[in-house]
Amino acid sequence: MHRHRVQRVGFALLGLVSVIVVAPILAVIGVIVARGIGAINWEFITAMPREGMKAGGIFPAIVGTLVLTLGTAVVAIPLGVGGAVYLSEYARDTWLTRAIRLAIINLAGIPSVVYGLFGLGLFVLFLGFGTSILAGSLTLAIMTLPTIISAAEEALRAVPTEFRTVSASLGGTRWQGIRRIVLPQALPGIITGIILGLLRAAGETAPILFTVAAFYLASLPHSPFDQTMALPYHLYVISTQVPGMPLRVQYGTALVLLVFVLSLNLVATLVRRYYRRRREW
Amino acid sequence: MERRVSNRGDTANRISRWTEFTIETVIRVVGFSSIGFVVLIFLFLLREGVPAFVRVQPGNLFGVRWYPTFGLFGTLPLLMGSLLVTVTAILIALPLGVLTAVFVREVAPGWAREILKPLIEVLAGIPSVVLGFFGMTLVAPLVRTVLNIPTGLSAFTGALILAYMALPTIISIAEDALDAVPKSYRDAGLAMGATQWQTIWRVVVPAARSGIVTAVMLGMGRAIGETMAVMMVTGNAARMPTTLDSLFRPVRTMTATIAAEMGEVAQGSTHYHVLFGVGILLFLITFAINLAAASTIFKKRRKGGLR
Repeated sequence: MHRHRVQRVGFALLGLVSVIVVAPILAVIGVIVARGIGAINWEFITAMPREGMKAGGIFPAIVGTLVLTLGTAVVAIPLGVGGAVYLSEYARDTWLTRAIRLAIINLAGIPSVVYGLFGLGLFVLFLGFGTSILAGSLTLAIMTLPTIISAAEEALRAVPTEFRTVSASLGGTRWQGIRRIVLPQALPGIITGIILGLLRAAGETAPILFTVAAFYLASLPHSPFDQTMALPYHLYVISTQVPGMPLRVQYGTALVLLVFVLSLNLVATLVRRYYRRRREW
Repeated sequence: MERRVSNRGDTANRISRWTEFTIETVIRVVGFSSIGFVVLIFLFLLREGVPAFVRVQPGNLFGVRWYPTFGLFGTLPLLMGSLLVTVTAILIALPLGVLTAVFVREVAPGWAREILKPLIEVLAGIPSVVLGFFGMTLVAPLVRTVLNIPTGLSAFTGALILAYMALPTIISIAEDALDAVPKSYRDAGLAMGATQWQTIWRVVVPAARSGIVTAVMLGMGRAIGETMAVMMVTGNAARMPTTLDSLFRPVRTMTATIAAEMGEVAQGSTHYHVLFGVGILLFLITFAINLAAASTIFKKRRKGGLR
């Protein structure tokens, strides 16, 4: 019948579109792995750059990204989880709560480079932190906040109300119920959200451009008030700012960044899968 | 003996009530912090950006020539550049995203879904600088040869990369919207004798319309604010895109301008303040887009229904 043939062609077209969407993703990963793998060796991962960053390793950039991610986590996790607990456990449906939600949606939509401007204006200049790990981490943390809040709130809301009621009926206070029952139950979802937020922060360049990132440093940072190199910024620098950079080093750097981010992504997925299967409710 | 125990219990109670009060207060304060941050961001953009409007004549600031070294701060080409790249990106991403969402939610067999969804999530996680690097080294040369244009670093290449960066947002929200359409709608369509294909396009997708609009808006917000990838592949020429073939020429966006120039300006100079002014403009644009998207989300929540 005619319309069934239309349907078959239509479905095939939808499948084709999906392939068009997915194929470039595989291409990006495939090309970067294929061309970058040759650059990866022990020296590349653990040595300082040499000869104008054209040789040696990218150790300081790797360390910088780890430090920044850690700094972001220290600030963003308590704020994010606390915000989520407030929204899910305490907030009533008032205009103020709606304003908070609106603020979160807007925080999520503010361009990353605008976060960079904000970090420059507030942390670097006004508070006098200078271009430093502190300023960069704070900027990244605020940018990460909406991701963590939304994911954590969703995880908290998924815990059945009965858990709270039972805790209260045993004489527990609201906070005891949250700390002993609700938070532990929601933990996997919260962790997934935290990882997803942090991996976004780890891969960002624009917010750290004016707040922390250094073109090249001869030594590792010593304190939170030091500048640092970072993987995403390093990739930007060596692929656009330094003429005559060997492609091998560029692809190698891209690969290290990609592996770092995608392995965090994988961890998040695994945590979610593992606990979803084990969940008893 | 008994009294002492109860006394101790009282003290413990008082202490725990105190800790509890403190903790709950902290949580409340943290809960409100999001509002504080939005306000703080806007205030600091204003603080550094407003002097631009004082120091630069409006005719200059909203003019068509951006040559900061000559004191010409016309932001119009930057705004037009951003719009050109964003609109083109959405024109590419909208059909791709909606069709993929329909495929994943309505048609795809389980195994295909298992492959597609994680891959799209992976795309969302790839840092923009990596996509920019890929775009620079591979997509731009490809665009140049295929379209036979002087340089592959063009608005079109930027739009192409941006389209893919907006896709995860568009697909996941459109998918949620399709998900929210009750099964009874589909059953009713099929029971009327419509094929699944007809039901999808005449019943399910129209019912999910507002969610799909939200998806596109948020995708657009994402695209207009994207910085690194755009800066690396669009060629960064601040000229007005006036003719149709501007799409295939270098262009410069607001985000790329800030990112590229802020590192080199003297703090407190006119140029510095103007860049913050561009930041204000960006903030307001994304704020408006997100406000519009949020209002559809809230409306849906309050009604608890589809639209």
